[in-house]
This record gives sequence, structure tokens and C-alpha cells, in this order.
Amino acid sequence: MQASATGGAGAISPKVEISDVSLRYFGREGEIEALRGVSLTIAPGEFVAIIGQSGCGKSTLLSLISGILKPTSGTILLDGRPVTGPNRKVGYMLQQDYLFEWRTILENAVLGAEIQGANMTKARERARMLLTRYGLGQFLHYLPRQLSGGMRQRVALARTLCTDPDIVLLDEPFAALDSQTRIALADEVAEILRREGKTAILVTHDIGEAISMAERIIVLSRRPGQVKSNHPIRFATPDSRRPTPFTARNAPEFNKYFNTLWQELEVHVEG
Amino acid sequence: MSKAELALAAAASPQYAEWLRGERRSRLIVRGAQFAVLIVFLVLWELLPKAHILNPMLTSYPSALWPTFIELLKETPQQPGILTHTWATVFATVLGFTGAIVLGTAIAAVLWWWERLYKVLDPYLVVANAMPKTAFVPIFYLWLGASLSVYGMSLAISLFITILMIYSGFQGIDPNKVKLALTFGASKGQILRKVVLPGSVPTLIAALKVNAGLSLVGVVVGEFQSANLGLGYLIQYGSQIFKMNIVMTAITILAIVSSVMYLAISWLESAVMRRR
Repeated sequence: MQASATGGAGAISPKVEISDVSLRYFGREGEIEALRGVSLTIAPGEFVAIIGQSGCGKSTLLSLISGILKPTSGTILLDGRPVTGPNRKVGYMLQQDYLFEWRTILENAVLGAEIQGANMTKARERARMLLTRYGLGQFLHYLPRQLSGGMRQRVALARTLCTDPDIVLLDEPFAALDSQTRIALADEVAEILRREGKTAILVTHDIGEAISMAERIIVLSRRPGQVKSNHPIRFATPDSRRPTPFTARNAPEFNKYFNTLWQELEVHVEG
Repeated sequence: MSKAELALAAAASPQYAEWLRGERRSRLIVRGAQFAVLIVFLVLWELLPKAHILNPMLTSYPSALWPTFIELLKETPQQPGILTHTWATVFATVLGFTGAIVLGTAIAAVLWWWERLYKVLDPYLVVANAMPKTAFVPIFYLWLGASLSVYGMSLAISLFITILMIYSGFQGIDPNKVKLALTFGASKGQILRKVVLPGSVPTLIAALKVNAGLSLVGVVVGEFQSANLGLGYLIQYGSQIFKMNIVMTAITILAIVSSVMYLAISWLESAVMRRR
């Protein structure tokens, strides 16, 4: 397979276009090449997962798309415009909730709006609406420590979506949760993002999570991260709609994809 | 037993009620023992000099403190009353440690902003903190005069430790919280105001606790040297004319002042920490 990853829908202008991006980190001990010549195209509304071994540069790639890191070389375009810094179109969900313990749930959810200088009355209204939709309506004025891990991660999702981004970056957002909460929340999040028509990029090392949530999986090689392969994920369903992550896990295609991807990652353990 | 405890005990199984009684007994024992230590100390202080086992000229008696206190309340043209002395000491102390918190936080913020400046100044801050500040009391007196030198010492003794504590508090902020703010496009000023400063409130309280004690030391030592006002001055004066009653009364008031400051800061701490 050719080592560049282009979205299925070539005709539509891409939401995210990464061309030949490389990144090197510099430190006292030397320089580390995290990414080498990565090219990717992601269509509007697409849900893409990026998988790879730990330390393969997956999270780095998200930081580059979000604009908090600058590539050593190459370009990243969002809606055809180059990324020069953090962009309001992009929402970033980190590995843990990182809620501020001194703020209430509602105050945490409006953090992004506050930083971006948005209309706070509207932001509060939207945050309240999102939190209520995620089942947190009666906890608006609670403090983060009073909530469970799954609830906290829902607050983090509300905080990300409160600024209404087009593109949502998910950096192993369920890694810190127990396995049941993890699957339940993955279901909810995938559903919410699809319904709102967001373009989503999920980074994970959990193959099952990637297959169950994404329409396309990109495998990164070990450091320096390069695009190794690109797998469209299709499930045969009677109504031709994509199954929810939970049902996808029981579909016959799931195991087939799992084995293929497992082998791809396995090769790198040896190589 | 408080109402809540009573309600708990009423609803409890016999075993739990027994456990609650045990807890209560244990609390009473600790309180009783704390009180007993104080009583034993005061009784020994009263009896040992009375029995001439200790020289009463050197120790005074607890029973002499209250009459001395009443006597010292009087204002004379030569000598202000003891409440004026106490107020002078408390004022200088509070001024010193709050000043140290405000100035120390501001300086720590500047150092956080320009990390290179911190790198340059780091060894000097560490040395300045390790220096015995009280060695500067005579110099401060020459530079600043009687009352300003006391304020100066009160501030100086707390300032450097405050800068170091708060700066390390700033650095202890989870970098992922900063990253989160950055993903929303936060400026450096916003990171300082919305992440670093509010996240450092526990450090500020800890610094306040350290400072209250330090500043009181600075003030009393400053008053030994330079002032004609304050409990430090009163201690100095009392020992020069060999009136231990005055010295011990002043020291007792210092003990009370420190306890009150400690309680006030603990109250502030619990008020602030309820939000966390």
C-alpha cells in the first residue's frame, strides 16, 4: 500500500491537509525526530483514528494540527488556510480532563469561551445546555472533585464543544477511565460528534477503540512517525448507517480489522 | 456531643454507637492532656520561684503577670501603654507579611514571565534567603530610622522565602493545565491569571503561614535595636531595668499574638480550601 493517506472523497475540498510534515524536538541530550514526512488529508465530517505504538508521535501530530506546536518542515492547512497558531475551529480533548479544581463544573465548561473573549452570557447558556444534555444538569455548581471520572470527562467534552469547533482532536480521551466507562463514553462521544457533524481525529493505541469509533484508521510507524497504512473501516448494516461503537464491536468485520491492524502494529514491535 | 453527632448515634447500630463513644473519649483525652500540660507549666512556674528553687528575680511568676499588665495599661508621658506597644508590634508584623506576600507574588510572577531572568537571579535569591536577615538590623536602623527599620526588617525577613516558595508553586502547576489553556489560544497573561495564579493559592496560604512567624521575629528583633515602641522594645526595656514582670508579660502577649495570627490564617485557609 502506498504510504500516503488520502480521504475517500477526493472531490470535496479537504478539512485538514497535512503535507510532508516533519517535527524534531531539541533537547540537551540531542534531537529527537518525532515525525517524518507525514501527509494526510481529512474530509469534512470524517472521523479518523490514528494508531501506533507509544511514542510514535501521534500526540505530536495533534499538537501540530491544533497549532500549539510548529512543524520543523511541511505545512498544515485547515479549510485551505495554513495553521499559524491555536485556531478557534479546533477543539482539543486531552488524555485527562484537567478540570481546574478551583472552578465549578459550569465555570470549567466555559473556560475556552472565556479565554477566547466570547460573549459569556451565550457561552454559559451553551455550556449549560451541553452539560444538561450529557446528564450533568444538576451538577453545574459542583466542584470537579465531587464527580466521578466518567462525569469529569463529559465536562471536558462540554468544555471542548462549548466553543463550537469544526474539528475535534481527541488524544486518548478515555485512557484514564475504567474499561466499562470507557466503552460507554466512547459510544456517547462518537454519537455526539457524528450528530453535530464534527470532523474528528482520534489518537489511541487501543485498536478496538479505533475500529469501533472511526471511519478510517491511519497507522503510524514507530519513531520517527511516518504514515504506514490507511484502512477505511466499513460495516455492512441493513440501513447502511454506521453502527454505534458498541454494536460495531460485535460485528463480524470487527475481528477482521482487528487482526489486520494487530499484525501491522506487531511488525513494528519486532522491527 | 453536637446535634449531628447525636443524630448519628441515634440511628446507629450498637457497635457503631460504641465506636462513636470511643472516638469521643479519645478526643476528650487529648484535649484534657493538652490543658493539663499548660496547667502543670503554670503551676511549676508559680511554685518553683516561690520555693526559691529558681531565682524569682530571673523568672517572675504567672500570678504577677495580670497586675503587671493592668499597671502597664496606663499611659504616661514617658511611656505609652502596653496596648499601644502591642498594636505597634502587630501592625508591623501584619504589614510585613502581607507586604511580603504581595511583593513576593509580584516578583515571582515577573520571574515566571522571564524565565531567563530567574535563571540569572536564582543563586542570588538562594543566598539572600539563606542570609540571617537579623544581621541587618543595625544597618536598617542607620538607613531607615526607628520605625521604618522595623517595617523593613518585617518585610525583608519574609520576602525571599516567599519569592522562592511561590515561584516553585508556579512551577509545580501541571503543565497539561497550561497546555489546555494554550489549545484555546490563551496568551501568557491569561495563563498567569487563569491557570498559574489561581492554581497557586494553596502555596500562597502556606507562604502566609511561614511569613506570619518570620515577620514577628523580624519585628521583635528590629524593636530590640531601634524602636521606642513595641513589645520587643518593652522586653529590652524590662530586662535593662531588671523587671522580669514586664519582660514576661510582654512575652506572654507575644505568645497570644502568635496564636491569634495562626488561628486567623487557619480560618482563612479553610475558607479558601472549601472551594477545592
